[in-house]
Amino acid sequence: MNYNVNEKGYYGVFGGAFIPEMLYPNVEELRQKYLDVMAEPDFKKEFNQLLKDYVGRPSPLYFAKRLSKKYNTKIYLKREDLNHTGAHKINNTIGQILMAQRLGKTRIIAETGAGQHGVATATVCALMGLECIVYMGEIDIARQAPNVARMKMLGAKVVPALSGSRTLKDATNEAIRDWINNPINTHYIIGSAIGPHPYPDMVTRFQSVISEEIKWQLKEQEGRENPDYVVACIGGGSNAAGTYYHFLHEPDVKIIAVEAAGLGVNSGESAATSILGKEGIIHGCKTLLMQTTDGQITEPYSISAGLDYPGVGPMHAHLAKTGRAEFMAITDDEAMTAGLELCQLEGIIPAIESSHALAIFEQRTFKPDEVVVVSLSGRGDKDLDTYIKYFKL
Amino acid sequence: MNRIQTKLQEDKKLLSIYFTAGYPHLNDTVTIIQDLEKSGVDMIEIGLPFSDPLADGPTIQASSTQALKNGMTTEVLFNQLKDIRKSVNIPLIIMGYFNPILQYGVEAFCKKCQEVGIDGLIIPDLPVDVYHDDYKSTFETYGLINVFLITPQTSDDRIHFIDSVSNGFIYMVSSASVTGSQSGFGVENTTYFERIANMNLKNPQIIGFGISDHKTFTQATEYAKGAIIGSAFIKFLSDTSVNAIHEFVKAIKN
Repeated sequence: MNYNVNEKGYYGVFGGAFIPEMLYPNVEELRQKYLDVMAEPDFKKEFNQLLKDYVGRPSPLYFAKRLSKKYNTKIYLKREDLNHTGAHKINNTIGQILMAQRLGKTRIIAETGAGQHGVATATVCALMGLECIVYMGEIDIARQAPNVARMKMLGAKVVPALSGSRTLKDATNEAIRDWINNPINTHYIIGSAIGPHPYPDMVTRFQSVISEEIKWQLKEQEGRENPDYVVACIGGGSNAAGTYYHFLHEPDVKIIAVEAAGLGVNSGESAATSILGKEGIIHGCKTLLMQTTDGQITEPYSISAGLDYPGVGPMHAHLAKTGRAEFMAITDDEAMTAGLELCQLEGIIPAIESSHALAIFEQRTFKPDEVVVVSLSGRGDKDLDTYIKYFKL
Repeated sequence: MNRIQTKLQEDKKLLSIYFTAGYPHLNDTVTIIQDLEKSGVDMIEIGLPFSDPLADGPTIQASSTQALKNGMTTEVLFNQLKDIRKSVNIPLIIMGYFNPILQYGVEAFCKKCQEVGIDGLIIPDLPVDVYHDDYKSTFETYGLINVFLITPQTSDDRIHFIDSVSNGFIYMVSSASVTGSQSGFGVENTTYFERIANMNLKNPQIIGFGISDHKTFTQATEYAKGAIIGSAFIKFLSDTSVNAIHEFVKAIKN
């Protein structure tokens, strides 16, 4: 079974490029060039240099001793939270800004939900001196004020998405419309492993540095490259894609994908796409998505602003359908509790997205000698407001 | 012969109007279609509303959102259209995004279109390649003409491919834009119109996006078989009333 994209841009039945003709020249140019550009020695050199000197990679693979003791297994945390800008998002924006430069683009657009991808995009645009426009739902702008301020300080223009539900999916629609209106000079930096082919594959490749590092780091610490489990939270699925990438075809490595159940999978307020979603088309790709029986895309819910996307990357839809990955759903309450537990056992305040991945240890038992690597995709600074309200701190 | 093909053979410039089904009110669909035909419109595009219309500007987006709130669904639309061929003769095209059609079932959708008398489909996010490989024979079984878009950035090779797959007309998007985002045509637009006109394609072209009044309609139809008005008509419906459709059409035709 192949879990990577095929030559037509599909992961099994998922993926493809369902885009209006207006986007075809841009997406086609990217499709034809992305692999060649990424293989250029100059590109690799600059990408790796920036990941090292600017992002601060490799990110540590940290053996969480007290957490491991509590759950009687070996838990390692891949510390993406220690990256510059506080999450894994920067791995992709560094890659894509270098790609944009090589395609001769001078204007960068992006969508953002909680603002993490917006900040990571504004950061690399400042670094390269490129114009940056970030689309963000009007509602998200109101509830993520610090990240809006960060983007502005970094020189980006933040444009409110006023259509539809005024959140992430609508910000993505607006970014796509901007790209239609500006087909020549603009590159769209999509923040997750979603969108028309080749985006899911390109974003996955840029994020795959996560699993590449896990392999040699685990070899150093455990004497073996492959853990028994890799675990990551999934919204669109970029940190998960990067965490799984080099283990997809290693049958002895089990994959766990953690979705946000919100108030409960069947509560009507959830973002558990693999359970609630049906095959359909969103933002240019065929995947599992939450929709009405009539094919209208519905609004998901999660306490975590990074997980409330109505779809899931096509690679993950394929992993779900084939059973290669085990999907788990974690509620708001379970995630918040796990987040606080990490603070108290390990002195690390995790992003609420990452807390979902940590919450599986309450639900599932691992053997004492099993090695479980969890992607700690981001730090919790951005979520302080939510933590304060939730725990009445 | 399909009504679209017959209409394209008429020796005149064609005026096609787009409206969103279920807007301004859920049950306006049939009245709008009948009034447009009575007012002398040559062809109608019935918009099947979608929650996330990527290729549309604010006017059509807002009308889609409202139509969905009003209760428009694929099934409701087909019910409204079930007797439409008793009163309307001009070609009718459904324009909608692919996901609602996929959920209905592509074949079931095409079959239903044939039953109620729909002549063609415009599905902006169904690329020509996917259509060609997966759906062409289904559309043809039910006598439906699928219409593809081209833009100023579409390469000559791709235009020729689209021309070879098409059997009605080619929808020429006037400039790089979403719907309803420009007013008036400049040299850049007309150069592109001329380039396409000189390609001697087998399918006639109809220009859309940016046609809003008599002037832009006349400009566009200098180079093409016809023109499509969407956002300007939706705006007219929201500013005035469904009862005044003939005034809108009259002003375009002058």
